[in-house]
Amino acid sequence: MIELNDVSKVYSNGVKGLDDVNLKINKGEFVSIVGLSGAGKSTLLRSINRLIDISSGDIKIDEKSITSASEKQLRLIRRDIGMIFQSFNLVKRSSVLRNVLSGRVAYNNTLRTLLNLFPQKDVDLALKALERVNILDKAYTRSSELSGGQQQRVSIARTLAQEAKIILADEPTASLDPVTTKQVMDDLKKINTEDDVTVIINLHFVDLAKEYSTRIVGLQAGKVVFDGTPEEATPEVFEEIYGRSLKEDELLGEENL
Amino acid sequence: MMDTKLNGPLPAKPSRWPFYFFLIGLFAIVLISAIYIGANPLTFIQNSDNMVDLFVRMFPPAWSYIATTTPAMLETIRMALLGTTIGMIFSIPIMFLCARNIFGLRWLVELSRIGLNILRTIPDLLLAAIFAAILGFSPLAGIVALSIFSIGIIAKLSFEAIENIDNGPLESMTAVGANKLQWIAFGVVPQILPHFVSYVLYTFEINIRAAAILGLVGAGGIGVFYDRALGFFAYDQVLALILYTLVVVIIIDLISLKIREKLL
Amino acid sequence: MSQRDQLKKARARKRGKIALILIGLIAIYVWAISGIEFRGIQETAGPVTKNILKGFISPDWSYVYSPDGEDLIRGLLETLAIAIAGIFLSIILAVPVGLWAAKNLSKSFITSQSGKGVLSFFRTLPDIILALLFIKVVGPGAFAGMLALGIGAMGMLGKLYAEEVEAMDPGPVESIAAVGGNKLQQLAFGVIPQVLPGFISATLYRFEINMRSAATLGLIGAGGVGTALIFAIQGRSWDRVGIILIGIVVVVLIVDLLSSALRKKIT
Ligand SMILES: Nc1ncnc2c1ncn2[C@@H]1O[C@H](COP(=O)(O)OP(=O)(O)OP(=O)(O)O)[C@@H](O)[C@H]1O
Ligand SMILES: [Mg+2]
Repeated sequence: MIELNDVSKVYSNGVKGLDDVNLKINKGEFVSIVGLSGAGKSTLLRSINRLIDISSGDIKIDEKSITSASEKQLRLIRRDIGMIFQSFNLVKRSSVLRNVLSGRVAYNNTLRTLLNLFPQKDVDLALKALERVNILDKAYTRSSELSGGQQQRVSIARTLAQEAKIILADEPTASLDPVTTKQVMDDLKKINTEDDVTVIINLHFVDLAKEYSTRIVGLQAGKVVFDGTPEEATPEVFEEIYGRSLKEDELLGEENL
Repeated sequence: MMDTKLNGPLPAKPSRWPFYFFLIGLFAIVLISAIYIGANPLTFIQNSDNMVDLFVRMFPPAWSYIATTTPAMLETIRMALLGTTIGMIFSIPIMFLCARNIFGLRWLVELSRIGLNILRTIPDLLLAAIFAAILGFSPLAGIVALSIFSIGIIAKLSFEAIENIDNGPLESMTAVGANKLQWIAFGVVPQILPHFVSYVLYTFEINIRAAAILGLVGAGGIGVFYDRALGFFAYDQVLALILYTLVVVIIIDLISLKIREKLL
Repeated sequence: MSQRDQLKKARARKRGKIALILIGLIAIYVWAISGIEFRGIQETAGPVTKNILKGFISPDWSYVYSPDGEDLIRGLLETLAIAIAGIFLSIILAVPVGLWAAKNLSKSFITSQSGKGVLSFFRTLPDIILALLFIKVVGPGAFAGMLALGIGAMGMLGKLYAEEVEAMDPGPVESIAAVGGNKLQQLAFGVIPQVLPGFISATLYRFEINMRSAATLGLIGAGGVGTALIFAIQGRSWDRVGIILIGIVVVVLIVDLLSSALRKKIT
């Protein structure tokens, strides 16, 4: 369970990224976060694994505060949280397998990982993860030789190999075409239902949010302005979140699929 | 824990051995080199008291030596200035000869390039040692050495800049029926002039550093005093010289950088 | 003021500026030329030049290889060995200092700035001066030369390394942090693979410079082919000077060609 209590984030330039956010996300939920550009979606996501330090409030992951965790505790908490980025953030010159294996670094002692001596069990896990996202045949390929969609599936495989209990995905499909977008979303949904992994995802397209999630959170200027099921998220609600009616480019549009 | 049994076949794993062989080979070369020159860390450790002694005797630096050596420092700057200037003058024809997009004569271009590349292999101090033998121990030897050394840098950088210029102005010069010299003067020169001046200044920065040591082989400048101070084991004077050179180099770098920023 | 007047004024100002620059340049050159003490060229200049040129045309081939004792091949090999061992030492020193000086790896500006300070200090120290100092520590010879190159090249290499790290994509590093990797693991999995080609290319570039530097070290007693050269010059055996110079040119040229081909392949 993820708990955010009175969380605020003020950036050094005075911008309020998050403003008194309270959220409780249960295990196995598929939560979409929607909102205008600059609403604080990335800030929220990156606060959960403390890639950003929040200014006030507290964030708890399974009853443990990540806000006050020591360096060592923080690494252990992060080990259980997978993250997927819009720009994939793979090391492009490394092989696909090495990128997936990098999800296991926190399970092994540092020297071993530096020498690239992962236990066979970790390698098996990584290969299985690649098979689950259908790119096992690319295991020894350089990541730079993969298409965008394939690269994003490598990052999903990394979270699988990591045996993450929570996946944070920051606009994972924003640089993908509609067909690949669907494949990536399906992969995430599969992991969510099959492995009971909590997924929190920032989405630009509201129809994707409605189709895949069990819960939608609307952000506006760092504040939670909507929190409910996809059914409750009517066009009027989105109009409120976005401060206007939806524009073409905020819908992926069925005809594109 | 997830079940890790694979359903499909595993892709072939590329062999790591070529990479390991490469690493081992590289390491062997380094090791052989170290042994060949008798590089022994122990010698270094055993002599570390020499090093400590050297450091201790460097302090405090002999500040008074700065006044003594100022004429030589000025001579160093003069040498660098004149060497760079003469090198610059000779670079002008050479860089046009070396650029592929100026003269159509393929063999001439390639020949000039080979010549320039050979010139660039000879280090400044070697040139200085040879010219000191020819011309006698004097700043003149240093100036000649620096001139030749400068050609290698200025001509190389400049001909590469010439090859990267925009073709548009060249075509319009051809279109108005200009001859080769007019073509160069109006089409090429305006485009590369700022780069050229910048390279000359950059070479001047390098030459100041070079000129400071030419004295070690008798080619004038402050280097003569390094030789003298080290010969007398006057390490406090050596440190004063090092710091003095450092300050002059930094000041000249700063001035040159300012001008270069203005140019580009 | 009319437009024409303004134009005129601007032109006059520009002319004034050019005149000022010209006057400044002339003053500098007058200062430079008048200050050079011209002691005249020694009388032997003509014959010596002739002899050196003759040495190039008919070099002392017998010096290339002699089964016992000093020959050109051994001198050149020693030069190569100094350059190789020296670059190895510089890599070991420059990697940590380069990482220290990269501003995107350290939290505070002061940390990276102090690293940069260390690097620029070593960059301004000429290799030859370092060699002279190391001769005082370990005695004359190739070892002193290698130490000098190792320390001397560190400044430039470290700076190039730091620039490479500063230009990298922070994303992969962040993703290693996000899975719970510690600082060393972030370095090994996020930073190093990204910057490796750049590091190798910078190292090769510096190796080309090392070859030239190593060829001069012998002039002041720090090993390599320069030793033979300075003896040949002092002994006025110009045919030997000729063959030594040819040897240096050939070896440096080969190293340059190999290195630039490799660099092109990497990037
Ligand atoms: N490092 C930072 N320093 C200062 N301000 C920042 C920083 N990062 C984000 N902000 C500001 O905080 C606010 C929220 O940013 P955030 O990146 O969370 O928005 P977002 O909802 O993810 O937007 P987008 O859809 O464009 O990704 C914005 O106004 C942004 O300008
Ligand atoms: Mg965002």
